[in-house]
Amino acid sequence: MSLRGALKGGRTLKIFGLIVNRLVYAFVLLFAVLVLNFTLMHLAPGDVADTISQSMGGADEELLIEIRKDYGLDQPYYQQLATYIGKVLRFDLGHSFFFNEPVSKLVLERVPATLLLVITAQILALLLGVVLGVYSARKPNGIMSHFVTFFALFGYSAPVFWTGILLLIAFSLQIPLFPVAGMRDVTIEGNFWVHAIDVMKHMVLPVVTLASIFLALYSRLARATMIETLGTDFVRTARAKGLPERQVVYKHALRNSLSPVVTLAGLQFSAVVSGAVLVEAVFSWPGLGTLAFQSIIARDTPTILGILFFSALVVIIGNLLTDLALRFVDPRVGASK
Amino acid sequence: MDRKTEDGEFVEQARSPTAEAWDMFKRNHAAMAGLAILFVITVGSIFGPFIYNTDPFDMVWAPFSPPGEEGYLFGTDYLGRDLLAMVVHGARVSLVIGLSAAIVSIFIGVTIGALAGFYRGFIEEILMRITEFFQVLPTLLFAMVIVALFGASLTMITIAIGIVSWTAVARITRSEFLRIRELEYVMASRASGVSNTKLIFRIILPNALPPIIVQSALMIGSAILFEAGLSFLGLTDPNVVSWGQIIGSNRQYILDASYTVTIPGIAIFVTVLAISLVGDGLNDALNPKLRAR
Repeated sequence: MSLRGALKGGRTLKIFGLIVNRLVYAFVLLFAVLVLNFTLMHLAPGDVADTISQSMGGADEELLIEIRKDYGLDQPYYQQLATYIGKVLRFDLGHSFFFNEPVSKLVLERVPATLLLVITAQILALLLGVVLGVYSARKPNGIMSHFVTFFALFGYSAPVFWTGILLLIAFSLQIPLFPVAGMRDVTIEGNFWVHAIDVMKHMVLPVVTLASIFLALYSRLARATMIETLGTDFVRTARAKGLPERQVVYKHALRNSLSPVVTLAGLQFSAVVSGAVLVEAVFSWPGLGTLAFQSIIARDTPTILGILFFSALVVIIGNLLTDLALRFVDPRVGASK
Repeated sequence: MDRKTEDGEFVEQARSPTAEAWDMFKRNHAAMAGLAILFVITVGSIFGPFIYNTDPFDMVWAPFSPPGEEGYLFGTDYLGRDLLAMVVHGARVSLVIGLSAAIVSIFIGVTIGALAGFYRGFIEEILMRITEFFQVLPTLLFAMVIVALFGASLTMITIAIGIVSWTAVARITRSEFLRIRELEYVMASRASGVSNTKLIFRIILPNALPPIIVQSALMIGSAILFEAGLSFLGLTDPNVVSWGQIIGSNRQYILDASYTVTIPGIAIFVTVLAISLVGDGLNDALNPKLRAR
C-alpha cells in the first residue's frame, strides 16, 4: 500500500515536472512567434505611416517622417523588436484600426469560441474514429471496413469548406434541423441550460464538418494499428486463456492501439485550427477564423498578427493536453525517463 | 521475364526496383483509376481552355440559369458567367499552384531533413526546433498572414503554401537519413573518401526517396486543397479563376443556386481523391515491407 502510494506520488511529481518543462518550452515557442510576427510586419511593403496617410487621403513626405518618428519606425530593427516584445509582455498587442479596439481584447473575446469548436471536434473525431477503426479491424473484409476506407478517402479529399456548405444546404436549408449561422440565438431568453442547449444546436454542423477530416485520419490509423495488435502474441495468449472476446478486444488490444492514434491527434492540432478557420467562415462561427477573415479583408495588420500569436497558443495548449492524455492512455510513455 | 539460356534452361532475370514497383502499382485497380482520372484532368486543363474558349469573366446569360438549360451545361453563376468555362479555366490555376507549391515545400523539407539527418548534433537540434516551431503555427492562418502582408499574387500564394507545409517532408527525410547513414554501404563510401555533398545527394538521397515520393504525392493533393481554401476566403489573384474562388464568390447564393458551389467542389474533390488513390498505390508499391507480406 505504502509502496503504491510512493509510486503514485512519484508519478504526480513527474507529471508536474513535465508540465513545468512544457510551459518553459511553450514560452520559448511563443517568443519565437512574436519575433516572426514582427519580422513579417517589418518586411511587408507599407507601414503604419502609409496606412495612416491613406486614411487621411494622402500626406506629404514631411508628415510621413513625423508619423514614423512618433511610432518609432525610424529606429533600427532590433530596437523596434525589443519595444514590440516589451509591449506584448504587458498584454499590449497593439490597436486595431479597423475595429477601433485593443487587439488583445478583440482576440481574447474570440479564443473561447475557437477552443470550443476545435476541442469538441477533436474529441468527437477521436472517439468515433477509434470506435469505427476497432469495429472495422475486427472484420477487415466486412462492409464496415470498406466503409471506413471509403469514408477516410472522402474525408481527406473533400475541401472542408465544401463539406460544410453541403451540410448547410442539406440540414439547415432543405431540412431545417439546425441554425444556419452563428453561435447563439440572441432572441432566446432563459437560464444557463437554455443557452447551453442553444449553443449546442449551433455547434452540431460546424463540429461535424471539422471532425469529418480528422475522423477519416484517425479511423484509418486506428484500423491499421488494431489489425496489427490483434495479430500479436499477447492477444493470442489472452484468447488462449479463455477471456471473452469483448474483453480481449476492448481491454487488451484497444489500450495498446490507442497511443499512436492519440499521438497523431496531437500532431494534428495546428491542422485542426487551420480547418476551423474555414469552418468558421462557412458557419459565421464567432471565433478566431472569422476575425482573421474580417481583418484580412480590412488589411488590419495588428489584428492579423495577434490572431497568429493566439492561434499558436491554442495549438500549444492542445499539444500539452494531448501529452497528458497520452500518459493517461499509455502508462509506458515517460515511465522509462 | 524469363529467358532461355543456351542450354535451354529458363533463368529468371533480375528486374529493376522501378519495374517491380510499377508492376505492383499496376495491380492496384484503385490507384490505376486515380492515375487515369488525373491524366484526364491534366490533359483537360492544358487543352480545355483552347477547345472551350468562352471567357470565364464574360457575362453570357442571365444569372442563376440552372445547369443544362439555355445551352449552358453547368449553368451560370451570380454574375451570369458560364460555370463550365470557369471550371475549365480554373483547373489550370488549381493544378499549377498545387504542383508548384508542393515542389517548393518538398525542396525546403528535403533540404532541412537531409541536413538534420546527415550532420546530426548541433545542426540537427537547431533544424528540428525550427521544424517544431513551424508545426505550432496553424498552417492556413500562417499562409493567410503571408498572403495578406505581401500581396495575393499567384507566386506569393505558391510560396506561402510551400513555406507553411514542409514540416512533414522534413521529418520523413530526416528519419530516413538517420536510418540510411548507418548502413554499411554508406560507411564504405564514407571510408573511401566520398565528399559530404556526394554522400547526401548521390549515396543516401536516392535510397531515401520512396517515402518522400509517397509524401510528395499527398502534398500535391493537400496543396490543391490549401489553394482552394485560400481562394475560398478571397485571398487570391482577382484576375484569375480558380475552383476555390468560384465556391467562395458564389456561397452567398446557395439558396438560389447550390450547383454553383457543388460543381467546382466536385472538381476539387475528384482531383484530390485521384491524387490520394495514386499516393496510396505508390505507398503499397514502394514499401518493401508490405510487398513481402
